[in-house]
Formats: sequence, C-alpha cells, structure tokens
Amino acid sequence: MSTDTMLSEAAQPAVKPRSRRMSTGTILLIIAGALVGLSLVHQLANAPDVTSQGAIQAALQAAVPLGLAGLGGLWAERAGVVNIGLEGQMILGTWFGAWGSLEFGPWIGLLIGILGGAVGGLVHAVATVTFGVDHIISGVAMTILAPGVVRYLSYITWGSAGATQSPQVVDQVPRISVPGINGLKGLEEHQWFLVSDVAGILRGLLHEVSLVTILAVLLIPLTAWLLWKTAFGLRVRSVGEDPHAAESLGLNVYRYKYYGVVISGAMAGLGGVYLSTVTSAIYREGQTGGRGYIGLAAMIFGNWRPGGLAVGASLFGYTDALQLRRGSESVHALLILVGALLLALAVWEFIRRNRLVAIASAVLGVLSYVLFFSVDKIPTAMVQAAPYITVLVVLALAAQRLRPPAADGKPYRRGG
Amino acid sequence: MTADPLAVELKGITKRFPGVVANSDVNLTVRKGTIHAIVGENGAGKSTLMKILYGMQPPDEGEILIEGAPVRFSSPQGAIKVGIGMVHQHFMLADNFTVMENVVLGAEKLHGIGARARAKIEEISTRYGLDVEPDTLVEDLGVGDRQRVEILKVLYRGARILILDEPTAVLVPQEVDELFGNLRELIREGLTVLFISHKLDEVRAVADDITVIRRGTTVASVKPDQVTARQLATLMVGSELPSPEARESTVTDVPVLVVRGLTVRGADGRPIVADASFTIHKGEVVGIAGVEGNGQAELAEAVMGMRASTGTVELDGVEIDGWDTRRRREAGLGYIPEDRHRQGLLLDAPLWENRILGHQTEPPNARGFLINVGGARRDTTRIVAEYDVRTPGIDVAAVALSGGNQQKLIVGREMSHQPKVLIAAHPTRGVDVGAQAAIWDHIRNARIAGMGVLLISADLDELIGLSDSLKVIYGGRLVADADPSTVTPEQLGVAMTGATGEEIAS
Amino acid sequence: MTTAAVGARRIDVGKLLPQLIAPVVALVIAAAISSIALLISDKDPLVAFQHMYEFGTQPDQMVEILNKASELYIAAVAVAIGFKMGLFNIGVEGQSKVGAFFAGALASASFMDWMPGGLRIVLIVVVAMIVGAAWASIAALLKTQRGVSEVISTLMLNAIGGLVVTWLLNDHWGVTEPGAQIKTTGILPESSWMPGLPIISGTDQKVLGFFAIAVVLGAAYWFVINRTRFGFDLRATGHNPFAAVASGVNAKRMVITAMLISGAVAGLVNLPRMLGESHTYTEGFGGIGFTGIAVALLGRNHPIGMALGAILWGFLASSQIILDLDGIPKEIILIMQGVTVLSVVIAYELAARIGRRAQQRRVGVATATAAPVPAAVVEESK
Repeated sequence: MSTDTMLSEAAQPAVKPRSRRMSTGTILLIIAGALVGLSLVHQLANAPDVTSQGAIQAALQAAVPLGLAGLGGLWAERAGVVNIGLEGQMILGTWFGAWGSLEFGPWIGLLIGILGGAVGGLVHAVATVTFGVDHIISGVAMTILAPGVVRYLSYITWGSAGATQSPQVVDQVPRISVPGINGLKGLEEHQWFLVSDVAGILRGLLHEVSLVTILAVLLIPLTAWLLWKTAFGLRVRSVGEDPHAAESLGLNVYRYKYYGVVISGAMAGLGGVYLSTVTSAIYREGQTGGRGYIGLAAMIFGNWRPGGLAVGASLFGYTDALQLRRGSESVHALLILVGALLLALAVWEFIRRNRLVAIASAVLGVLSYVLFFSVDKIPTAMVQAAPYITVLVVLALAAQRLRPPAADGKPYRRGG
Repeated sequence: MTADPLAVELKGITKRFPGVVANSDVNLTVRKGTIHAIVGENGAGKSTLMKILYGMQPPDEGEILIEGAPVRFSSPQGAIKVGIGMVHQHFMLADNFTVMENVVLGAEKLHGIGARARAKIEEISTRYGLDVEPDTLVEDLGVGDRQRVEILKVLYRGARILILDEPTAVLVPQEVDELFGNLRELIREGLTVLFISHKLDEVRAVADDITVIRRGTTVASVKPDQVTARQLATLMVGSELPSPEARESTVTDVPVLVVRGLTVRGADGRPIVADASFTIHKGEVVGIAGVEGNGQAELAEAVMGMRASTGTVELDGVEIDGWDTRRRREAGLGYIPEDRHRQGLLLDAPLWENRILGHQTEPPNARGFLINVGGARRDTTRIVAEYDVRTPGIDVAAVALSGGNQQKLIVGREMSHQPKVLIAAHPTRGVDVGAQAAIWDHIRNARIAGMGVLLISADLDELIGLSDSLKVIYGGRLVADADPSTVTPEQLGVAMTGATGEEIAS
Repeated sequence: MTTAAVGARRIDVGKLLPQLIAPVVALVIAAAISSIALLISDKDPLVAFQHMYEFGTQPDQMVEILNKASELYIAAVAVAIGFKMGLFNIGVEGQSKVGAFFAGALASASFMDWMPGGLRIVLIVVVAMIVGAAWASIAALLKTQRGVSEVISTLMLNAIGGLVVTWLLNDHWGVTEPGAQIKTTGILPESSWMPGLPIISGTDQKVLGFFAIAVVLGAAYWFVINRTRFGFDLRATGHNPFAAVASGVNAKRMVITAMLISGAVAGLVNLPRMLGESHTYTEGFGGIGFTGIAVALLGRNHPIGMALGAILWGFLASSQIILDLDGIPKEIILIMQGVTVLSVVIAYELAARIGRRAQQRRVGVATATAAPVPAAVVEESK
C-alpha cells in the first residue's frame, strides 16, 4: 500500500474530482497559442532551432518513445496495475529490436522487440497479479533484472567487445515523405514571423517520417478506441476501476489484468525498438535513459487518457530533443516563453486563491528571466536535465484534479 | 404445497474454511414465484451460503438443484447461465462508470455495448418501474438508485432467480417500502426472490416463506403469518435477543463536548457538514441518525481532527480547534471508527501492537519517546481477558480474529484510556449477537461513570435504545432532534430523508 | 477465557519458518536459472560456482566483500526507512551522489585548510547527510504539497542530481591531480583519511573504517523502528495508512520526516570509499543507491536480513573478477542478481500468505474449542 492514498484520501474531502476533458476548440486554441509563442521566441532571441525542421523532427522522434511508454503505462494502470517496470521492458525492447533487425530485417526485428517487451510485461503480471507482489517493488525488480539479462545476451551474441553495444543496424524500416513537402524549405529559410515556423514544423512532421513513427502515432487513437468503445476495453477498464464488481459479473479479473500488463509491456517494447532502430541505428547500453519513467509521467500528466498523454509526451519529447541541436541557445531562448507561462500561471492561480502554487510559479518565472538575462548559453548539463526538470515542474504545477482508475495499484485477490 | 414447482433446492450443503465450518448440512427449498427470506444473525453463514449458490465458492459437500436439475458452478458465470442473479450487500458498481457500462459489463454479447443495450436497459427499467437512467455516472447516484441499478443488472442478464443480500441494511424505511414494491413487481412477473436479512419485522412483512439459519445450518422453515418476531428471534439466536435499552438516565448537566458551527468542505467547496452544533454532557449518549453518506462520517472525522473544518470544538471546557488528532486523543477523545479494517486495525500486526495503535504516546504503551513493549503486552493480556476477546494469544495477527473479537479489542483499547468522550461509529456493525451485547454493556457502564458518547449508527434500534438524545443529519445539516423514549423508527426514517422540521412530533 | 499468552513473547514458528525459507528458495531458483544460462553458452555452471566460492573465501576477497557490503548496507537502510512506511525512495542514488560530492568539495576547499583532520571527517559526514536530506526534501515537499508521486520525482531527481554533479565537477569545482585523467574534488589531506580495520586475518588488507559505522547504523535502525514511538508510527503507516491517520499519525509530517532521514542516510552511501579509499569524490561513484533497493528487498527491510543480503551482493559482485579470468561471462552475475530479486519478492509474498493462512487456521481451531458448535464465529455471550 502506498502513502499516496493516505495523503489524498484521508486528508482531503470525499468529493472526487471529475475527469477534465478539453473540447476540440480549446485544444486548437492551445496549439495556436503555442505556435505564436514559439514564433515570438524565435524572433526575439533569434533562435531558429526552436521551430526548425530538424528540431521538430528530433522532437517527434523523442516524443514517440515517451508516448509509447506512456501508452504502456496507460494499458497497465487502466487494468489496475502500476507498471514502473516500463523502463525494464523498454530495455528489453531496445536489445531484442536491434538483435532481431540484425538477424531478420527491420520488420521482424520490430516484432521481436515488441515480444521482448511483452515478455517483460508478462513477468510483471505474474509477480503482481498472480502472486500479489507490491506493484512498485515488482517494477523495481524488473528494472534490476532487465539490464542484467540484456548485458548477458549481448555478451553471448556479440562477444566481449559487444557487451555494451551492438553492431550497426543497417537495414531500417523505410521513411516516407508527403510529396512536395520539401518545397517549404524556402519558406522556412526566410525567417518570417509565424510563416517560417509553420513551414519548419510541417516539414519536421511530414518529411522523412519513419513508418514506425506513423504506426506509433496511430496507436494513440487505436488505444482510445479499444479501451472506450469495445467490450474488451470495457472489461480491461472494469478490472482497474472495481475488480470485485467485475468478478461478481463472472469476469476472470486475472485474465484481463494480464492482458493489460502484457499489452503494456509490448507498447514499452515497441518504444525500445524505436530507440535502437529508428532514432538511432544501434543498440547501446543505457539507451533508454529513464524514458520509461518520463513516459509514465506523461501519462499521469495526461490524466490516464490517451490524448492527454500524447500532449505530455510531445512536451517532454520537445525538451528532450533540444539537446540534440544547439540546445544551449534554444533552451536559453525558450526561457522567455517558460518565464511568461509561469508568470501567467502565477496570476491565474493567485486569482483562484491558490497561494502556494501562485508563489511557486512566480518565483520560478522570475528565476527564468534572471537566468535568461544573466547568461547567453545554458550549460550543456542543464540542457540535458531539461526534460527531467520539465517533468517535475509540470507535475508540481499542474492542477491536481487527476483521476487515476479507482483500484489502480491495489492488490486484488479472487473472492477477497 | 409439495406440488409447487421449486426454483431452488439445496441438499446437505457443507462448506469448511481453514479452522471453521461455515455451513454444515444446509437444506433449503424455494418455491417458484415467491419471495423467500433467509434469516440468521451476523456470522450465521447466510452470506457463505449465498456465495455458494451464486458460484463464488464451491461447496465441499452437497447438491444444488435449479428448477429440478442438478447444477455445479465453478464461477458466477455458471450461475448467471442458469438464471441466478445476485445483488450484493456492498454494491458491486464502479463509481467512475456510467449505469450502462456497469450493466453491460460481462454481458456484452447480449445486446452489445451501444444503442441496443441502452434501449434494452430502458425497456427493463420501464417494465419493472425501476426508474434507471443509462447514461448517468454511478457516483452521482444515491443508495436507493444504486440498488435499483444492481437489480437491473441481474434482470438484464435474464435472471429468473434473484438473491438479495441484506438489501435493506443501507436503506431508510421509505426506501425499504419502495424496494418491497419492486420485489412484488418481480414475483408478479414469475421471478423468484431470495431475500437475506436479520431484520425480522421486514422479513415478516414481505416474505412468502422463511428459512432460519443458525450456526451454519438450517434450523427451521416457517410461514411468516405463523410466527411472531419474538419466536423468529429465538429460532435465530437460540436464546432471547439482547436489547440495547439504556435503562435509567445518567445524564448530568456538565457539558463535556461542545461543538459550534462545525463545517467541513469538499474539494469543490460545497459543505459536506454544514454548521453543525450540539452539546454532549457527562454521562450522555447523543445519537446521530442519518442515511449513510449524509456527512456523519465526516462529522466524526472532523471532531477527531482527521479532517479540516471550521467552527469550534470544546472538550471538557478546553478549545481544541487546531489540535491534531494525536493531541485530541491524548486530551480524552476515544474513537471507534466505522470501518475497523480500514481505520481501526493493523490487520497483519499482532494484537499487542494493535493495542498500542491510537495511544502510541500514552502509558502503558509508551515511556518517553520509547515504546514500552512489556507494558503494552501485559495490558493487552488484560484487555483480552476483561473484554472477552477470543484468541489463542496476543501474538496472533488481528486478521486472524473474527469480526466480533476484533471489535471487542478495539472497544477495550479505547475504554482502557478512560476517554472523556467516545466517538463510536457503527460500534456493532457486522459483529455477532454476543459481542454486540457486550459492546453495548461497555458503553452503558462507561456512561454511568460519566463518559460522553457520540453514537453514529445505521441501526435505528441501536440508536433509539442506547441514546439519551437523538439528532438527525441530512445533507450535512443537523435537521431535527428526537427524543429516543418516544420516537419510532418510522418517524426517524422520515426525518432521515429530510422531510421534517425542527422537532419530530411524537 | 484466558488462554492468551502472558509474559515472554512466543516465537511463532508457523509464521516465521516460511519467511526464512523464502530467500533460500529464491536463491536456488536464481542459481538454477543462471545455470541454464551458462549451459546455453557452453560453460559448466558447477565449475563457475566452485571458482566463485573458492575466490570469495580468500581473505583478500573477504575484505573487498565487506567493503562492498558496507556501502550497500547503508544504501539498503536508507531505502528501508521509506519502505517501512510504504514510501518508495528510489532516489537514494541521487541523494548519495549529491551528498558525497558537496561534502567532498567543501572538505577539500582551500579555505578549509585550518581544520584538523578528525574534525574534517565529522564535517564530511554531517554535510553529506544534510545535503542528502535536502535533496530528498524536494521529493517530500512535492508529494505532501502537490501530490506528486515520490517514485516519479525521485527518479527525475536522480537524473538531475547526476547532471548537476557532473556539471559542477567538470566545469567549476573539479581539479585534475597530477598524473590523473579525471576530475576530482581534490584529494583530502592524509589526516582526514579514515583508518581501516584489521578484522580479517590472513591478509594485510584492511576493511574500510566506515564498516563500523554501517554496523552501528544497522543497530540504530533496528532500535528506532522497533522500540521508539516514531518507529511504531512509521510501521503503522506502512501497514495501514488510514488506520495510522486515525491513530493520530500526521501523514504529511511522517512523509517529510521519513524522507529526510532516508535522504540523510543516503548521503552516507559513498563515504566508505571516499574517506577510506579514494579520498576524493570522482565521477566513478554511483550505482550503489539503486543496488541498495535490491538489498533492502532481499533482506525484507530487516537489519539482519539486509546485512546478509549486502554480503551476498558483495560476494557476487566481487566474484565477477574470477569468472572473467576463467573465461566465464561475468555478466552471469547480473542475471543471478536480477532473478534473485524478482524471485525473492515473489517468495516473500507467498510465504506471508502461507503464514497468514496457517495462523488463521490455528486461531480457528483454538476458538472453536471454546465454542462447542462448528461455526466458531457464533458464540454464547455468557
């Protein structure tokens, strides 16, 4: 049992918050706002890499594994099992994906990587569902086990020289472009307000996109449809909301929890394959770099919903990608936007009499500007830390009106 | 009568659990198209029997016949297939699902999960007068509505035999009448209802046949018009039922707990408890009557300091606002929480550690900042003896004890610190008759010694019998006062639905 | 009825035995699975195990095992303090890095030259604990004030902490000693080196001085958890947070206190090596905090269990050398450790279940004799 429940349920009133759902209009408005904001930053700080095709492409590639990890988290937690073993299942995905690609080509490799993750999910399911081990503990055990397994496999497959990395994966899943999209390149180079930014973003999203990326993006609506529009999804969600109710209706709760957790592992596995065969073309130890956890954070930020987690993954992915392309300048420039957002949030929370959050965001906002004006470049280490810091700040400041599945993380015994 | 077609027949059902036999040689015949009541006190084995009939637990011995044909279930799925449906005592509904999602779950093959299902739900709802709206979220529904959703759920699956496990426990008398109306509607349509209860007046009012269970076995089958409630009670317990009569008044005019304008707000700012004011005197039991979920749990937690609130609370002349729970406990507030497993015990910890719980800072449990293991153990042994907690020792985990013995331990623990005021929420819920009588005795004795009691209960007989004065809570407000020496359960029930003014006429 | 045991505590064999058998079973499973892995790569597992045993029982190696175990034990205690109350401090790794780095940097700063050696050791210990606790406090505050899960926040703080240390070490405070390649916080003066303990006979090697502190820490941990009011509150919260709150435990204060203590202990994790071996902080430190979680799980948060776990882990880690020399893939150790952790948590859970059922049966039988009728739940009141 976790102390989360103690803090939330015992100290707070019994009325449960409603899940927040944004209308299409609001979402479009937010996208437009973000666009204008980024354009402003681009112009004000002369930082083209905030919206360049390269940066956006990198951001998309960084967001996909996070989103897949997030989907993994979603499938497990909707079935009531917390899976912090996602990181371990991703690690399995990176290795098996690379190995499969080397041995059998990219598509089979993809499948083997997914299977590797799914097996990791299965182990987590055996521990948590069948044996009732605490979900966090089993997840930690999984993240201890997975690196050991792949290190050994690396050694016996690629020899002592290859114990920590694989040979180059030559054969990748093809990439496709929207015809004529490269024509926007001219527009992007003009550095016009908004126009060049839109051109850069479109080119980043539509030029040379891996088929795996498209598959991954499609998994978001597919998951939403499966979980909310099918009988199977209803059953998976029911064991996460109230397993005893599901049991009383004759459902085999264990089975649906297994489905959820194994699919969860498969998603994380796909995220891992993506890292080793799409983002890069080599398996390297430590390649996942905590992305499983960031994906989990994206899912929490998204309030256990596919659309929300996609937004979270995009945000964290964007900050993650910055380090690849002149990150010191870009992060420095983005401080303008971050500071403005934080100060706006401070005002908003102050009006809503949420003093603690208001003060915290005001302080962070001012700090952003102090940092912006006092240095020209952000140290590389801080650029690398950007995604982790973003996760902390976003989770801390986001409205805590989150609604996890009611039986999330709770052990279940049949007849109990 | 033997010519009547039988819906259910149980022959020689026996079920053993580790160390205990829950059912032994149970025999039961239920006629088709009737309401058949199964009565017995808490722990008599009624629920186990129904779980067996619903396929949740396999019997160790015996035979089940449904409409004459022998059946054997390995899961509820099997029971559902032959037309058995169960409405559980604790509602089996997911709060964050809509009514429709709850209803179609597990039966998606019947009418899909979309428009056809919605139409079917509406049809059943109209046909049996259940008044259920498919697209509302369950968390927005009241207790009575939820129960009708549960009934609809089993009808949707084509159930011909309905098992209702203590369906009236959570209802006020008016809702009980509505439920009985619904049930009569069902048998008119040819369905069969098995009705589990220990409320004898209700059983006599609604049932066509009654079977009595005592200590895990069926002891009698009677017709409601051939027995009195008293005779039924004797059959059920094997001896006379204890009554919660408080006898002569011990109320003094010294106030010991004064609550003024207590308000507890929910996350959305709405008051859950609104402006509650009352006074408890030394030697007085003040009862709070109300339908569950009307703020009584929050009221108790606010007085205990477990929940943020505004208003003032005075304990024995000292203002204790802003004090945390520990300080309030040290100052003389005792607490019997409404859910002992959730709030009252460390189930996996030994009894002597459970004796420390809630009094970590007080002797004999503590010496300075250290835990006094020896003192706590010796005192646990004393409590076990004095409060008749049946256990092989004080090192067994609390989870191994029966509900009644767990509760006796909690009562003993709280009483051992001579509280000035005891907050007792449902002190005898789910305990056997023997333990119930003992707990009532302890409360009475402490009251004679000058303790004040805030008694929250859903058992109206307990409230009326034990209290010196009664207050009715509705929608978080104390809406009415009642005199327990004159008020009837029916009058209380009316007030609990928010229908009356200041003082209940008597 | 007075069958209750009075006086001395009786050891409940039915409950204890499964708990003791569980880790043994887990180890057997781990050995079996690693044997299969070795057989797949054409190595004889028996030879491997034999070499590991022979190597690990040499005096030199025993010293190294104890050194390794000291660090791991401290990390495990830090983790266990949180685990005992159901608080998952996965951030011992980050807290230990940040703590040791700042302590090392401060202690070898030039303005500290006046300080006598012994006092400097005390300073290092105190600063490491304070900084570790401060780093942990971020997660504690995020949890109590904003409801952010400590699992996520401590993981993020591990990454951030590591990057902060790297940045400060490489770009600001780090120095490169003559003849060395890497940046360090500067070698401490010899007077501040913690002397080793000659407790293993048959070798000149000494066990790191911090070994003694680890032992004291274990005893203190046992005492605080089992004999103090704070420890009781901590355990009560771990057993049942709702009952703990109803009993008067202040949930928020408990989270903060436990996190601070856990972080303070975490600050000590890198000090055995820093004070007794490297005498400076380098980038080479790290990894122990995460492994400490494994040791805490292995020892089930029990002071002696964790000690055995730490020694086992130290043994496995140090035997990698001999496997490598023998041409057996040393990576097999990682599989062994991973499988052990996973099977041990499952085994403990099963053991707890068996123990609980045995006790329920025992109580059922005992109370059934008091009530003459089979259904023991029904009893006459007189």
